[in-house]
Amino acid sequence: MSMRTNDLILRTTTILIAFILLAFSVYLFIAGHNAPGGGFIGGLMTAAAVVLMYMTYGFESVKKIIPINFRYLIPVGLLTAVLTGMGSFLYNEPFLSQTFAHFSHIPILGEVELATALLFDLGVYLTVVGITLTIILSIANDQ
Amino acid sequence: MSNLAVLPILIPLLAGIFSAFINKKTKMVRIFSILVSIINLIVVSYIGYTIFQNGSIILETGGWKAPYGIVLVADMLSILLVITTNIIAVACIFFARKSLSQQQESFYFYTFFFFLITGVSGAFLTGDLFNLFVFFEVLLMSSYALIVLGGGKIQLRESIKYVLINLFSSILFVTVVSFLYSVVGTVNMAQIAERVQEVEQKGILTTIAILLFFVFATKAAVFPLYYWLPKSYIVPNPVVSALFGALLTKVGIYSILRVFTTIFVYEIDITHQFFLWLAALTMITGVIGALSTNNIKLIISYNIIPAVGFMLMGIGLYTEASISGSIYYLLHDMVVKGTLFLIVGAIVALTGTSDLRKMGGLIHHYPVIGWLFFVASLTLAGIPPFSGFIGKLLLLQEGLAQDQIAIVIIGLITSLLILFSMIRIFIQAFWGEKDDTITPNRVKSRAYAWPIAFLVAFSVFLGVGAEYVYPMVEDISAYLLDPSQYIDSVLKE
Repeated sequence: MSMRTNDLILRTTTILIAFILLAFSVYLFIAGHNAPGGGFIGGLMTAAAVVLMYMTYGFESVKKIIPINFRYLIPVGLLTAVLTGMGSFLYNEPFLSQTFAHFSHIPILGEVELATALLFDLGVYLTVVGITLTIILSIANDQ
Repeated sequence: MSNLAVLPILIPLLAGIFSAFINKKTKMVRIFSILVSIINLIVVSYIGYTIFQNGSIILETGGWKAPYGIVLVADMLSILLVITTNIIAVACIFFARKSLSQQQESFYFYTFFFFLITGVSGAFLTGDLFNLFVFFEVLLMSSYALIVLGGGKIQLRESIKYVLINLFSSILFVTVVSFLYSVVGTVNMAQIAERVQEVEQKGILTTIAILLFFVFATKAAVFPLYYWLPKSYIVPNPVVSALFGALLTKVGIYSILRVFTTIFVYEIDITHQFFLWLAALTMITGVIGALSTNNIKLIISYNIIPAVGFMLMGIGLYTEASISGSIYYLLHDMVVKGTLFLIVGAIVALTGTSDLRKMGGLIHHYPVIGWLFFVASLTLAGIPPFSGFIGKLLLLQEGLAQDQIAIVIIGLITSLLILFSMIRIFIQAFWGEKDDTITPNRVKSRAYAWPIAFLVAFSVFLGVGAEYVYPMVEDISAYLLDPSQYIDSVLKE
């Protein structure tokens, strides 16, 4: 290995920026129904935050913090999306039908409208995170 | 409301996802895929039975009414093709466990296999032009992964060509869809058909039709857009070649058939006449390619092209009998191309060479495979009791009835040359002196022979049982030639 460089500034700012990025990506993901955003862009943003952490702290330490094999996120995300679509089979509705309900007793947020489209978006989100990180990490780890 | 129409897409999709979780446990994933393929075939046949009893199933996904949401239209033509697809899939999955290496299997072969079936079934079932594009991409993405699976040097080279040409035609597809959307304001095929009918395909619509034909012709390997096909289809594993040869080009032909019998049918002098010329050139060039080489894989691969020419000829003639001929030929060709690629794959695996000049006397060692190959060759060339005959007969009869003598003559000569190219393999590889130095691998050849025999049996049924199949095909062709039936059933007017 080469000599250790002093990257204190990068490490300190990454701690701050990675959290802001992650929070923003969650905001984008949830805002998707009524404002610009959604599963795709939210997933990309999360992946960007994780990639930043990989760049700063290296492969081994991030693997310790996030012990997930990102490759499995792809089928998990696909499964979430497909099963959301298939949920309509139980109610004898056409495939991919969606529904929503109002919940009034959720702490902090108060009254919210929750739609099953959010679950589908969650599937998209997981797939995008999984694919982006799989691509970047498998290129980065190439010998 | 019927969710039955989405099952042929959903079952392979779910199977693909599940097999991604268990990809390292080779035995488990094998058994799982075999079970799912068989279940899928049963489900699809049941759906087919329902459709032939009660008429087509229209599924408006998400509960949105027809022109606004995406519709899945499972009519007789699409379900017949989906059933054929799944029959080939079952044979291929049984063949795969012997022909793939452990490493290839664990690198998500089954996932991509099922995604390919998802894409093909989706492309057959969709009633929406943009959704058709999406399913084209689903099947192409899986085919990119399958063509390069194993990572041989030659595979990498051919897959670059394959990806480039398909990427280009996909870009053209999106462009054409946007042209069409800007003219008619919809991407729902039934509504496009209705609106094109209202203006009788005036103005730019014929240009769009021809551009759309070019997109599908690239996928279907019509002259002059076939140059990417022969070499890229022989580099992957034999199972993958069989899937490609049996399914991919046929999706292109199906799209041409659907679009040019439902939507663009008001300028027949321009569009359909143009198809006849291209069909003739496709037949000639394809069969010349098949005669030009001693590589048995390449001979089979080139033989895809004249078959595309025959199907295009039926669409070009545009009468009820010729469309039935095309549909019959389509069904027959899917099965027989799958069979031939599997047989050739087995021969190459057993002898270790694909050069015709280095083979000889195989019939003494592998009689079953030899006779299966003989039957499949006769089927391909269109010898009477077998399935290739009926489709070709209808096409040639109709060509004579329409006074298109040139193309009939070309068709007949092509058939003769196809037979010659196939029998050349049979004579050189299977006949000859018995080579006693070879110890035949009986266990392996038996494992290869079963799936092939299954497909050959189905192909023979298509020919001998024409009495059962032909009325269905005739109904489909009458249905296709009357687009208002399709439009009314989708738009519920």
